Amino acid sequence: MWNTVFPYLLSGISVGGQYALIAIGYTMVYGILRLINFAHGDVFMVAGIVMVYMAASGLPLGICIPLVLVITALIGFVIERVAYKPLRTAPRMSAMISAIGVSYTLQNLVLYITGGLNQIYPTIPWISSSVTIFGATTKMVTLVTPVLTLILVVALVWLINHTKIGMAMRAVSRDFETSQLMGIKINRVISTTFVIGTFLAGVASLLYFTNYTTVIQTSGAMPGLKAFVAAVVGGIGSIPGAVVGAFIIGIAENIIKGLDIILFRLGVIKGPMGLATFSDAFTFALLIIILAVKPTGLFGEKITDKV
Amino acid sequence: MSNNLQKKKIDSATILSAVIVLAVYALVFLAEQTLPATSMLFTVLKKGATYALVAVSMNLLNGFTGLFSLGQAGFMLIGAYVYGIFTIPVMSRMDVYQYYNGGLVQFTLPVFVAMLLAGLAAAFFAFLIGLPVLRLKSDYLAIATLGFAEIIRALFQWDKLGPITNGSNMLRLFPTFNDFNIRGADGQVTVYLSTLMPLLISGVCIGVIILLINSTFGRALRAMKDDEIAAEAMGIRLASHKRLAFCISSFFAGVGGAMLAMYQNTVQAKSFTTAMTYEILLIVVIGGLGSVTGSCISSFLFVACSEWWLRFLDQKQVLGGFEVPLLRNGFRLVVFSIIIMIVVLFFRQGIMGTKELPDLIRGWQGRGKRQAKGVRSK
Repeated sequence: MWNTVFPYLLSGISVGGQYALIAIGYTMVYGILRLINFAHGDVFMVAGIVMVYMAASGLPLGICIPLVLVITALIGFVIERVAYKPLRTAPRMSAMISAIGVSYTLQNLVLYITGGLNQIYPTIPWISSSVTIFGATTKMVTLVTPVLTLILVVALVWLINHTKIGMAMRAVSRDFETSQLMGIKINRVISTTFVIGTFLAGVASLLYFTNYTTVIQTSGAMPGLKAFVAAVVGGIGSIPGAVVGAFIIGIAENIIKGLDIILFRLGVIKGPMGLATFSDAFTFALLIIILAVKPTGLFGEKITDKV
Repeated sequence: MSNNLQKKKIDSATILSAVIVLAVYALVFLAEQTLPATSMLFTVLKKGATYALVAVSMNLLNGFTGLFSLGQAGFMLIGAYVYGIFTIPVMSRMDVYQYYNGGLVQFTLPVFVAMLLAGLAAAFFAFLIGLPVLRLKSDYLAIATLGFAEIIRALFQWDKLGPITNGSNMLRLFPTFNDFNIRGADGQVTVYLSTLMPLLISGVCIGVIILLINSTFGRALRAMKDDEIAAEAMGIRLASHKRLAFCISSFFAGVGGAMLAMYQNTVQAKSFTTAMTYEILLIVVIGGLGSVTGSCISSFLFVACSEWWLRFLDQKQVLGGFEVPLLRNGFRLVVFSIIIMIVVLFFRQGIMGTKELPDLIRGWQGRGKRQAKGVRSK
């Protein structure tokens, strides 16, 4: 039993960590701007593409990796300035539509550059090597991801709770206008939020694509949506919530992928049920259940609407 | 808004709009009899008619009711599948459902009955999903409906439902738009209707939506969009109105899905992605949130640009011995996305804002009268 479940659990934890890093970007942006940044998943994909082209240009990986992270953060910064800043006073729907437009643009741009073909992700030594743990063979990245995720999350929480910019972020997410009146430079805070969010998405792309090995213009859409669901399940605006939500979704998704085999070994079912089809759908079912039962998510704060 | 509150009377602008629409239909009919059937014009008109219906149905929610729903692709999928499942001729079922022993459904419904059923099935699913999700506020509703569309997509590909949905294999061999052509005894087409019919179907559906929008129900929806709490205080029942609007919108999205199936000749669940919903949403935004005319115009423009007018951007072009740089596969979509971003950022009203065709004509008439007066006073 354990031998059957363990590999799925392991890859679930790994994918969960990657979703967590993406989900933080969603949850931070939502906390401050009340905007679902639909383009976030595509920024994650673009980070993968940038890495492919960097590595192909012959730069050593030691330079590539930090450069990719910087470029990704820069892309996040530019997107906010170009596509979201002009709409800050517009109705929320406009900003969300703009986000969808950015997502469409990024996907088409990558389609144009790559010609719509699968790009092979460069192999990053050490984290792509195989290891065997408790009888399950996996890539090193599976073990590295949760550790790295936790380190980054702890660092981020420290940043938010103990630095000046972190304090500004908390103030802005609490009350946009008042914090502006208190002399907080709102544009700088928002830009920092985007830079941090996209930087983490860049890290996630390094880990995720090392595992999946190919990048195509649509490969950001699904992880992006799932990470967003993770942020909602955990309670949007809450960083620990996003991390917990991401691990729940990552693990559940991978268990479902192997549910046929697991149930078969347990003797519950006789033949294959094709349940793996639902590994993506489960995420969204969870979303609808959470929204129906506890709309603020596991760790979210209660918001009351004022007339 | 002010003309909504006045007593409804049919003025010359409304009549003129109707004449314009009829003239377009007559032109399409004539063009279809004279031009070769392979002309790109017809492809654009067929797909445009389909997209127009879906865009208007989405506009009913996003533009008129203020419910931000992103489940359109899911409802279209339901419509397309229901249509396909019930219209494949019994004798072709063995070929289509080759892995499922001919499938479970062993009868065929007439095309229009199947289309109606497609709409009803979509509306039924909308009712079910509406129970939990319609209580949610703007962006949560968007993401929940989007998630619902993904669930539907997975469900229809599930192997265990294969005898009905054909699993992840495509449905095909059902009647398409070309079957609307009237053929003589020798099998030659005598009257071409394959473009006119989709335009008519979608025209009738959009007509029904326009009537709805201009009814008491439609005005209640607009009131809800402007201010939910105020609308509730005025005695509008939010929950039931939202549910009804959601079901109606999904009904027409379902019919649109059936039309898409007819346009494409095949149906496969995996093509109904969120990208499709985004595309329709962008059409609605370009046309103007809250304008039926705008949605229709931008559907045809969108389809014409992506299928026809901007195609040249995807091929190498040589102008006077000089090869234009950047042109290669996919460039069209880049240009397209940039246009869309410009509209979204700088022309948030879209093509039409919240105006309709009669409003435009009234504007022209007013201007004409003013000019005439100015001339006389001199």
